[in-house]
Amino acid sequence: MVELSHDSRPIIGRGPPLGATFLTLALASVALMVADKRYDQLAQVRGWLSAAAYPVQVAVDLPFRAWGWVTDSFADRSRLRRENLELTARLRLANLQLQRFAALEDENRRLRDMRENSAGVADRVLVASIMNVDLDPFRHRVLVDKGARDGVFKGQAVLDADGIFGQVAQVHVETAEVILVTDAEHAIPVQSNRSGLRTIGVGTGDSGRLSLPFVTVESDLKTGDLLISTGIGGVFPRGYPVAEVTRVDRNPAATFALVDARPTSSLDRNREVLLVWFTPPAAPLEAPADMPATTEAAPAAAPPTAAPSGASAGAAPAAAPEPQP
Amino acid sequence: MRPSTFTRRLQYWLSVALGLVLAIVPLPEWLGPVRPDLALLAIIYWILASPRIAGLGYAWLAGLFLDVLRGMTLGQHALGFLLVAFLTHRAQLRMRMFPILHQAGAVMLLLAAYHFVIFWTDGLTGHGYTGWNRWLPVLSGALLWPLIVAAGDTLTRRSR
Repeated sequence: MVELSHDSRPIIGRGPPLGATFLTLALASVALMVADKRYDQLAQVRGWLSAAAYPVQVAVDLPFRAWGWVTDSFADRSRLRRENLELTARLRLANLQLQRFAALEDENRRLRDMRENSAGVADRVLVASIMNVDLDPFRHRVLVDKGARDGVFKGQAVLDADGIFGQVAQVHVETAEVILVTDAEHAIPVQSNRSGLRTIGVGTGDSGRLSLPFVTVESDLKTGDLLISTGIGGVFPRGYPVAEVTRVDRNPAATFALVDARPTSSLDRNREVLLVWFTPPAAPLEAPADMPATTEAAPAAAPPTAAPSGASAGAAPAAAPEPQP
Repeated sequence: MRPSTFTRRLQYWLSVALGLVLAIVPLPEWLGPVRPDLALLAIIYWILASPRIAGLGYAWLAGLFLDVLRGMTLGQHALGFLLVAFLTHRAQLRMRMFPILHQAGAVMLLLAAYHFVIFWTDGLTGHGYTGWNRWLPVLSGALLWPLIVAAGDTLTRRSR
């Protein structure tokens, strides 16, 4: 039983009455929520507050980082040797592939020049590491240690070694919040590498699964297909792997097939990610003329899509909060 | 001898701050959804133990800070914390008399109210994760309540 450790007299008669305080603060919270979500008015306030939160996040992150440093510096010789061998082997393989790609890239550029379409190839990347800070367990977001100071902007594409990781949802001074492709609020325009079919990959809130809700029953998509980014919408650079189709369930009576895909980038255990600057597609053939020219404006804009359904426009605004009924 | 109001206040602030820090310490993925709301439990405890020190204002601020730490819509946790603090204040005279298990049950109701506020505002702002496991902290918090009381009572008795 809780022991009363101090004065137990009710607080009536001391300060404003409880109900009034409650009502005032409750109204304040509601006002804050509306201002933050509906009108996006609180960037300044959030900036100050997150400056206060930064030391806490660093303090939480520090022990884990220190532990990583300790295990790195005291790694034994045999493990280092093994790692070294492994990396050398992988480098050799990568170099081999690179030689082939160099020729392909040249050819590709020539062809693109002919089409006057230098659709986003990553120009500049910045390595950021994920901070050891847990945000909400049901929203797939992580905090990275680069922020406005390093030129990170809202809506910036985030990649890792194996594919597309997500995009920047919120920029603070020293940190940035990244929304993963698997977050239930996220959607990304994708294309099948094999058949060229375009559609939209929607996050499910499950870290190993994307869902493709707008694939018609007749469309050419099968298990094992690699989905790559299309570059439509200007948020993500074109041609990077996003996910691999794991399940295609066609019910002839339905309009759309049930399609699931597994993200190629290792979303739950990655330590380092790449923030990417790229030239957005200058004049993509598929996009309408009123495309946002700057990437900053891109995340709010619905990726215009050649997907089979007009309904996709509602689900498409990547990371743009849509109030649900 | 009574501890000064200042000492109590400090204990209150620090314990809630610790709870807030523990709210973002990384846990293994399977354990993440079970994480109890330690800051909120600390607030409930201090409202019962020193109602004249633990008011609504600090609870609201703590909730706001949690919003910032977690990058949620500003005001969500603030509203939840405020509601729980208010209800606890209203029920404190009765709740203090409850046997510990009964008290844990009452705390469970408070936590459920808090998570309902979060769930509701989540839905309004478009997140709406509806899985059953988002209600797990209600259970884990109630199970943890006897420990919180034991720890808090030890602390207050030592500094008395």
